[in-house]
Amino acid sequence: MMNYAADDGPPAITIRGLRVARGAQTVLDDFDLDVRRGSLTGLLGPSGSGKSTLMRAIVGVQRTAGGTVEVLGRPAGDRELRDRVGYVTQAPSVYADLTARQNLRYYARVLGAPISDVDRAIEQVDLESHADHLVGRMSGGQRSRVSLATALLGEPEVLVLDEPTVGLDPVLRVQLWELFHRLAADGVTLLVSSHVMDEAERCERLVLLRDGALLADDTLPALLARTGAADAEGAFLELIEKADSEVSS
Amino acid sequence: MTPRITLATGARVLTQLRHDPRTIALMLVVPSLLLALLWWIYDGGIVFDRIGPALLAIFPFLVMFLVTSIATLRERTSGTLERLLSMPTGKLDFLLGYAVAFGTVALVQALITASVAIGLLDLDTAGPAWLLVAVAVFDALLGVALGLFVSAFASTEFQVVQFMPALIVPQFLLCGLLVPRDQLPAFLEAVSDVLPLSYAVDAMSEVQQSADPAVWGQIGVVLGFSVALLALGAATLRRRTP
Ligand SMILES: Nc1ncnc2c1ncn2[C@@H]1O[C@H](COP(=O)(O)OP(=O)(O)O)[C@@H](O)[C@H]1O
Ligand SMILES: [Mg+2]
Repeated sequence: MMNYAADDGPPAITIRGLRVARGAQTVLDDFDLDVRRGSLTGLLGPSGSGKSTLMRAIVGVQRTAGGTVEVLGRPAGDRELRDRVGYVTQAPSVYADLTARQNLRYYARVLGAPISDVDRAIEQVDLESHADHLVGRMSGGQRSRVSLATALLGEPEVLVLDEPTVGLDPVLRVQLWELFHRLAADGVTLLVSSHVMDEAERCERLVLLRDGALLADDTLPALLARTGAADAEGAFLELIEKADSEVSS
Repeated sequence: MTPRITLATGARVLTQLRHDPRTIALMLVVPSLLLALLWWIYDGGIVFDRIGPALLAIFPFLVMFLVTSIATLRERTSGTLERLLSMPTGKLDFLLGYAVAFGTVALVQALITASVAIGLLDLDTAGPAWLLVAVAVFDALLGVALGLFVSAFASTEFQVVQFMPALIVPQFLLCGLLVPRDQLPAFLEAVSDVLPLSYAVDAMSEVQQSADPAVWGQIGVVLGFSVALLALGAATLRRRTP
């Protein structure tokens, strides 16, 4: 499954034997994953399957109980990675009592990114008309776009985006996926999570998660061929059935 | 720590405050109004001269404690703190950013309150008025440091507000405002000796009574408490959370 082409170089993200416990629950156990540099990988799975936990581990904000997570050849969360890895949390983490532009200006100064990045990022998420509105008076979709724009400041080499397109209208969703593809074409590694299986069609590579276990790590066509399903959702159900019958037999 | 990020954080906190003019007005005006009320109650007499400076010490401590604890609790619960710490922000950048922002507000607050007390209400102080303002600013920083620390132990704004009667009111009762500290029962006097607000109020009384007040010792104690609380606060800021 991990027979990447030889010219890919080392993976952008390498996870080996990762174990994460949250509360009394073991969310991830002995988890392995490689994410190729410059790829657009979709992390799909039902809610509660551990997508956010995995992403938090990759960004280095999740306390882990074992295993290793390496990003760009350094341990996750390393000081050296902090302006090279962009992260968008599932709940928008921006200041409600600032305007979109004021939020972005602040984060740009924290990152040491040029102030001109602010206008560029606002344009990339199509928020020009609301740039000077208070985030607290925005709709949920607008708010999450401000949060997404923050991750586009500077020149991140890896983008970890936790459900960035949830709650957005279809036109905007298509636009954002186009943006993600352009970034990947420029060499940025993107890991984008979603609990909506439709979004699978837009990713080069799919990582399917269920109850913290890796169900599949493949391209969509390969996945469809392997399961005989017509779409990602069907393939996912097929894989679940197979996994369950293996456990019970 | 990066000065660029510290200052950006301070400026950002002030910008947030600017979007909330009602809070600014309350922070700047209420202390003066309360002093005026006190002046009225005591008919501007000698009791007012004794209590006035103590209140100049208590207001900034109390007000900055409240705004800082709520503001940093919001950062902890809204995910903005997590995001900042996943960026190049150092823990000290975050803490000192708040100290810079609310220290500035405290300076303005103290200037207004001291001007009203001395100019309008004829508060009599033997020492220089600027020292009253200086002590008030150090006191505000103490409030900021305590608020930052306490916010780690609350998960809701209701809880944070309950820390006020728990942590501030005892200091208020024992700081020498109601009964001079040396007339307290021995045990309570010993307790008041280890509470930072006592030293701030002592410093204010010294400025009020002495033409050549020696307050740097007391200010040093207040500053020492602030630094210790900031260090404890830094320990509660975690990049990795469960
Ligand atoms: N802060 C938390 N404390 C304890 N358990 C948590 C916490 N956050 C998530 N979990 C648990 O971890 C599991 C995975 O959650 P999460 O990673 O958020 O899944 P997803 O993002 O796929 O919806 C869930 O069972 C959830 O209940
Ligand atoms: Mg999630």
